[in-house]
Amino acid sequence: MGINIPRLNVAQELLGEKDGKRFTPLITTIFALVFGMNIMGIVPGLQIAGTSVIGLPIVLAIVSYVAFIYAGVKKHPGAFFKNALVPPGVPWPFYIIVTPIEFVSTFVLRPVTLVLRLTMNMIVGHLLLVLFFTATSFFFFTLGSWPGVLGVGTLLFGFAFTLFEILVAILQAYVFALLTAVYIQLALADAH
Amino acid sequence: MDATSVLAAVSGNIATVGYGLAAIGPAIGVGIVVGKTIESVARQPELQGRLTTLMYIGIAFTEALALIGIATYYIFTA
Repeated sequence: MGINIPRLNVAQELLGEKDGKRFTPLITTIFALVFGMNIMGIVPGLQIAGTSVIGLPIVLAIVSYVAFIYAGVKKHPGAFFKNALVPPGVPWPFYIIVTPIEFVSTFVLRPVTLVLRLTMNMIVGHLLLVLFFTATSFFFFTLGSWPGVLGVGTLLFGFAFTLFEILVAILQAYVFALLTAVYIQLALADAH
Repeated sequence: MDATSVLAAVSGNIATVGYGLAAIGPAIGVGIVVGKTIESVARQPELQGRLTTLMYIGIAFTEALALIGIATYYIFTA
């Protein structure tokens, strides 16, 4: 069942039967790796997600970046960069504005947002859990007596956010695989 | 000590306020995306699978702005 989420829901639904099969190994690997590293954040004893350190997301974003450029160049040899940077059907003076915007949004912002989305989600999740559990420790053991009862609330919220982190781990792995598939799909699309 | 100096005594990093501002826009945006998806599914339940995929793509793009807001703290204090 776990393998069907990236294979059927992401690869084959977005890329179609034939291209979906070609890119299934890549997308499944990305999904499994990101999910595995994300779930480390809530495994007792490990407690820090591999993806909350910026190195791994950078590597995955480079893989995704190379994959969609490769897919585009293979499908439209020689015309991929022209289609991406100089979209047809625009009156020519607008290219002065359109080309830089397309360049930044396609070739700069895509990998940067892939990295930031994953890393920041994991860092924020970790910070929230740290805040809740240090607050619990403070209320119970440092403050003590009557106000220390507040620690029950922070402990409950810490538990609830641990469950929320499971959801975030699955969702971020899904989103990363989905966006890789979307970028490949956009690169494969015929010029119109 | 007069009242104003006490009220103005705020210590810490102003970047936290910046993140609060940065969270407003994406919060509204994600709300609109999800709300419209629910509306569409209510109209045409048979399209639910494709609409859910589109919803997650939309959320991912919108949410990136809020996360850039968090990242500015690390960028500008490094």
